[in-house]
Amino acid sequence: MTSAKTRYLGYGVLLVLGLLAPYVIYPVFLMNALCFALFACAFNLLLGYTGLLSFGHAAFFGTAAYITGYTAKVMGLSTGLAILAGTAAALLLGIIFGGLSIRRQGIYFAMITLALAQLVFFVYLQASFTGGEDGLQAIPRGKLLWVINLENDRTLYYVVFAIFLFGFLLIHRTIHSPFGQVMKAIRENEPRAISLGYDVNKYKMLAFVLSAALAGLAGATNAIVFTFVTLTNVDWHTSGDVVLMTLLGGMGSIFGPVVGAFSIVTLESKLSDKVGSLVTVIIGAIFVICVLLFRRGIVGEIQGLYRRVVGSRP
Amino acid sequence: MTEIFGVPIAALFGQLVLGLVNGCFYAMLSLGLAIIFGMLNIINFAHGAFYMLGAVFTWFFLTTWNISWWWSLLLAPLAVGIFGIVVERVFLKRLYKVDPLYGLLLTFGLALVIEGLFRYKYGASGLPYGIPEVFQGALNLGFMFLPKYRAIVVGVTLVVCFGTWLVIERTQLGAYLRAGTENPPLVQAFGINVPAMITLTYAIGVGLAGLAGVLAAPTLQVSPLMGSNLIIVVFAVVVIGGMGSILGSILTGLGLGLIEGLTKVFYSQASNTVVFMIMALVLLVRPAGLFGREK
Repeated sequence: MTSAKTRYLGYGVLLVLGLLAPYVIYPVFLMNALCFALFACAFNLLLGYTGLLSFGHAAFFGTAAYITGYTAKVMGLSTGLAILAGTAAALLLGIIFGGLSIRRQGIYFAMITLALAQLVFFVYLQASFTGGEDGLQAIPRGKLLWVINLENDRTLYYVVFAIFLFGFLLIHRTIHSPFGQVMKAIRENEPRAISLGYDVNKYKMLAFVLSAALAGLAGATNAIVFTFVTLTNVDWHTSGDVVLMTLLGGMGSIFGPVVGAFSIVTLESKLSDKVGSLVTVIIGAIFVICVLLFRRGIVGEIQGLYRRVVGSRP
Repeated sequence: MTEIFGVPIAALFGQLVLGLVNGCFYAMLSLGLAIIFGMLNIINFAHGAFYMLGAVFTWFFLTTWNISWWWSLLLAPLAVGIFGIVVERVFLKRLYKVDPLYGLLLTFGLALVIEGLFRYKYGASGLPYGIPEVFQGALNLGFMFLPKYRAIVVGVTLVVCFGTWLVIERTQLGAYLRAGTENPPLVQAFGINVPAMITLTYAIGVGLAGLAGVLAAPTLQVSPLMGSNLIIVVFAVVVIGGMGSILGSILTGLGLGLIEGLTKVFYSQASNTVVFMIMALVLLVRPAGLFGREK
C-alpha cells in the first residue's frame, strides 16, 4: 500500500471513531476535549508553523466564550449567531494583539502576549457584563438553525465535532497552501524570508489573526457546551495549558495538538479529584520532562520511530 | 488639610510611597531578569517563584529557627541562590544549544512545580509575618507619615540595585560578565571559566529575586502564589524598559511603581492594568523599549 493510501485509511478510521465515540464515552468530556483540541491546533498554527510563541491565547478563547455567552443569554441571539459573534470578537482582539506584539520577536513576543492577556483578564474581572468573579451562568444551548435541539448532549456532540472538523481542515488547508510555505520559511529563517522579498510582518499578522479567530471558535463552542463561562477561561493557566498540549503532542505536526489536548484533558479530569491541587505540580513536571527529553512531542517521536523502522528497510 | 486636585496631600504621598515600594520589587526583579537574559539568553519564568521562595524562607526561618529578619536578609537570598545553582546545573545547562523559547517553557514548568508544591504544603492563603519591631511605627515628615519599614525597603533596594550596577560596570568581574554577554567563546579563549560564570550569574539573578521576597515578606502577605501575578507585571516592565541597560531596568521599575501608585489615587479601577497599557503605548511609539538597543 502506498503511504498516501495508508494516510487516507487512517483518516477514515479516525472519522468513524469520532462518529461512534459518544456512544462509548461521556459526550461532555469528548466535547471539552474537542474544543481544546481545536484551541491547540489554532495555537500550533502560530507556534509550530510560524515559530511564534504566544503566551496569551487564553484571551481569545475567553473573549469568544464571554461574547458568545453574553449574546446568547442577554441579547437572545440564536446559538449559531452567538458562536459567530464570539469568533468575530476574538478575531478583532487578534488584530489588536497582533498589531502590537509582532513588533518584537522571539522571547519578547511571548512576554508581550502574556502581558496583554493579563490586561484582558483584569478588564473582565472588573467589567459588569462578565459577571466578575461569579462568571456568566446559565447560558442557553438553544437550537441550531431553528430545528436542531442542542439540549441533547449527543446532538450537540455532532455539532461540536463538525465545528472541530471545519477548524481542523481549515488549518490543514492553510498549512499546505503557498501561504503555509511562507509561514514555515519565516519559522526556519526570518532574515532569509525577508531577503526573498516577503513582507514577513504581513504574513505573521495573518497567521496571528487566523490563529486568534480559531482559538475564539473553540472558546465560543466551549461556552455553549458547558453553559457557563468563568475567569478561568481567560486565566494565564489556560494559556499555559494550551502551550503544554501542543508541546506534549508535538508542535509542527498536524495531529500533535489533538493528541496533546486529549492527553491533558484526560489527565486533568482523572487526577483533579484524586490529587487536588497537586495537578499543577504534575502539569509543571510534564512541561519540564517534555522540554528536556522529547522536544518533538508524542506524535513527533512516533513519526521519528516509524521513519527509522521503515527507512532502514531496503 | 492641604489638597492637590481634590486629593489630600498625605494620602497622595502615602500612595506614592506604596507605589515606590512596589517599584522596588519591580526594579529588583527586572534587574535579575535582565542579568540572566544577558548571560544565559533565557527568560526566567521561574523568577516569580524564586521571589516567593525568598519570602517563604524568611517566614520559615523565623517560625522554625527563630532567625531574625536581619539574618534572613542575608540567608534567604543565599538559600535561593544555592537553589538557583542546582536548577542551572541540573536543568538549564542542557538548553543552551536549543531555541531560547525552550528555556522559557522549562522555567514556566519549574515555576508551576515549585508554586504547586508550596501551595499543597501551605495552602493558597497567606502566612503571617510581622514587621520587625525596630521598624514599626512611622516618621513624621511634616506633610505626611512615612512608615519606617517602607523607608527601609526603598533604602535597601536602592543600595542593592546601584551596588549591582557598580559591580557590573566598574569591577573586573563585571567586565568579564559584560564580555561574556557579548562573546562567550572569545572570553573562554582568554582562560575565563565561562560555564562557572553563567552559573554564578543565574545564582545572583535569582538571589536578587529572593532578596525582593525577603523585603516583601513583612509588607505583603507571604503566600505561595505571590510570585505568579507579580512576574507578569515584571515582564511588562521589562518590555517597556528593554533589557539592554542595567540602569534602565532599575529606573523603569521604580518609575512604573510610582505611576501605578498615582493611578491608585486618581483612577483606582485602572491600577491593575496601567502598566500593561503603558506597555502597549511604548510598543506603538518605541518598539525596542525605552532603553532598548536592538533594532
